[in-house]
Amino acid sequence: MQRRAHTTCNPYCLLSVARLLDFAVEGVFSLPERLQNHDVPRITAARGWQRYIIFGCLCSDGCSGVGVMPEARITSRRSFLANCIGGAVGMAAAVPDTVEAASQFANQHQARVVVAQDARLRDAGGSVDDERVLGLLDRAMMSLAEVDEPLHPWNSLVRPGQMVGIKVNTLGGRGLSSNVQLVGAICERLLGAGVRAQQIVVWDRDSAELERAGFRIRTGGNQVQCYGTDRAGYEEDLVSFGAVGSRLSRILTQRCDVLINVPVLKDHDGAGVTIALKNMYGVIHNPNKYHPNGCDPYIADVNMLSEIRSKLRLTICDATTACFEGGPSYKPEFAWQHNAVLVAQDPVALDTIGWQVIERKRAEKGLKALDVEGRAPRYIATAADAAHRLGVNILKHITLVEVEAV
Amino acid sequence: MQENCSSSRLNEAQAMLPAGALTDESNANKPLTAPLDRRAFLMCAMSVGAAGSLHRFTEPLSAAPLPAATPTQSDAQFAVEARFYEKLPNKKVQCKLCPRGCTVGDKERGYCGVRENRGGVYYTLVHSRVCAAHVDPVEKKPFFHYLPGTLAFSMATAGCNVDCKFCQNWEISQARPEQVSAQYIPPKRAAELALQYHCQTIAYTYSEPVVFSEFVMDSADAGHAVGVRSIVVSNGYIAQDALREVYGRMDAVKVDLKSFSESYYRRVVSGELKPVLETLVTLRKLGKWNEIVYLVVPTLNDSDSEFTEMARWIKGNLGTDVPIHFTQFHPDYLLRNLPITPVATLERARAIAMSEGLHFVYIGNVPGHPAENTYCPQCKRMLVQRAGFEIRQMMIRNGACPFCKAKIPGVWHA
Repeated sequence: MQRRAHTTCNPYCLLSVARLLDFAVEGVFSLPERLQNHDVPRITAARGWQRYIIFGCLCSDGCSGVGVMPEARITSRRSFLANCIGGAVGMAAAVPDTVEAASQFANQHQARVVVAQDARLRDAGGSVDDERVLGLLDRAMMSLAEVDEPLHPWNSLVRPGQMVGIKVNTLGGRGLSSNVQLVGAICERLLGAGVRAQQIVVWDRDSAELERAGFRIRTGGNQVQCYGTDRAGYEEDLVSFGAVGSRLSRILTQRCDVLINVPVLKDHDGAGVTIALKNMYGVIHNPNKYHPNGCDPYIADVNMLSEIRSKLRLTICDATTACFEGGPSYKPEFAWQHNAVLVAQDPVALDTIGWQVIERKRAEKGLKALDVEGRAPRYIATAADAAHRLGVNILKHITLVEVEAV
Repeated sequence: MQENCSSSRLNEAQAMLPAGALTDESNANKPLTAPLDRRAFLMCAMSVGAAGSLHRFTEPLSAAPLPAATPTQSDAQFAVEARFYEKLPNKKVQCKLCPRGCTVGDKERGYCGVRENRGGVYYTLVHSRVCAAHVDPVEKKPFFHYLPGTLAFSMATAGCNVDCKFCQNWEISQARPEQVSAQYIPPKRAAELALQYHCQTIAYTYSEPVVFSEFVMDSADAGHAVGVRSIVVSNGYIAQDALREVYGRMDAVKVDLKSFSESYYRRVVSGELKPVLETLVTLRKLGKWNEIVYLVVPTLNDSDSEFTEMARWIKGNLGTDVPIHFTQFHPDYLLRNLPITPVATLERARAIAMSEGLHFVYIGNVPGHPAENTYCPQCKRMLVQRAGFEIRQMMIRNGACPFCKAKIPGVWHA
């Protein structure tokens, strides 16, 4: 259908609507520019923590309607428009690119992986020391961003006002879950970067699993929030890519602008390893459907879901305690205190390096390599293939930086 | 499987079953239906036009956590040790219920999502955990040759051991038990409810009964103890030992033969054809009344050669008297890009099956189509006239055609 010239419904009239309804307007797009690329002029606005898109219809003879919708629900906008706006034409609105410019920091270091290790990470009792883990995190992040100031990387990742979700992994109970002290250190740096405490949510599938891993459930007040998807539920709408069709956690879709992935470095009896990419199984409602064939191509497909791909900014893999065999559940005989974190913005590169770490430990313990056991994590290569392009899995193309704590 | 269990069906069921009727007194005021979801609310609220309804959005759509609900039914109440599995070293187990044979590590679940390894012991999490319960005509299953005109007390739990891309009940079949609202209906209560609502059968249906086999067995025993029979609507993807034990308790079994192609089973169903064919043969040997449904999906399983091969296989292995229903596909779940099956395609499938010698070939999901009726294979006279799930005329007498006295296979009377 030929696009028609737009006459009356422009972003400035939408601006008036937004102000009338007491929205805080975040951005106004110039009319000619928007019309060149999109059918529907729109502005973004916020009320409280929720961001909205206010849009107008494209009509040949005047404005016949405007709409407001939460930004997180863009996937169903087409049906929303069809239901809401009588007489509207030109409904071929392109889905806005929610992949915000992930800062220069992101663009520069997509295939850079930092492995930071601290032999003195633990106190005499064997617990991870709060101060040491903060120092370890700082060294890893500064090395990743190639800066000297601990807060600088965080300022580049998160803008004030954005909501940050920290997706942990708590399947392994207290023995083999994302470390509470490490997550505390991440929160501390986010707070330092200007993110308000209540805009940070530490989450996983299940609140009871979070508690078993040592996290305290917090659902209100001026504090970092912590709860499972069992409390927030899953979206009604299915999203799909490739072989995957799933409902996403509402924590991801409605409570996160920025996602920080905090997996654990683990062996996995089916997938080979479970690190960054596989931790996204905790975002969907039906992970049990995607374990056949070593989770390939399902893990890659899950990570292609737009809400995940667009919001994921950083992976901080907890290797303070890692697992080289018998995962993903905790078996003390197969766990070791690696006292390290792996950080990267490229989850494929991080998984590639993490896999090598596990293989080295297996060799050291006299175990067969994963491919000899028939469970090499093939999904990592799939995630890097032309159909996914989620990152880099070729070792020579990954910049590996190893740092030791002082 | 296209026996829909949508929210409208749930509402329908609620109309038929007074709130609280399904449960004991402690749950008497909890309907099975979920409250109106946000999407439905928005669609209703905004349909008059966005401009006039902007105030609806003045409150942020809530993703804030709900307070922890006071559990009225403990998960422990539904968790019963599974009956078909083997313990392995390192606290692993191997499920023996279906041909998938999942090896499940500690704290993990099998493919179905309703069986969990807890410290090396495998549990079903859905025993008595009923997420859908309706009183349906038996024709809805569909059973056309089994107690026609009677009612079936129909139940489901969450979960399925395949992942059909066209599933109409994916909200429950592809969910984990904790993701759908459910009520505690133990086997004896199910049997009581069947009697209370004048149902001659308990039907295990909507999702996949294979995954709640323990509940199926116990409910069938409870039903038989009070004179209520059991029927099951299944994909037939079940291990042979479990099949004999679980479906051996059934009085009739309807199997969804989703295609006659392994590649279709692999790509569209996430399962296998061969074990389903073995199930059909075993059911025949066990002497169970069996009907087959074949959902015809345009372009994917609607070729003449596939219809022909399937009809020949049925004739050769099950005989000519097993009823087969070619049903119409409707876009749903992950297969929304295909159209509804043309009626002409269903008629072509029926013509091919009948030309191969099958006697009772029906067309389903097309209310009012003449191929919903039963015709005598000998004199060709109409014996049962149906309109949707309703019986308009029933001519069969003592299991035979009243005109030519030919025996009509089926279970026509209780």
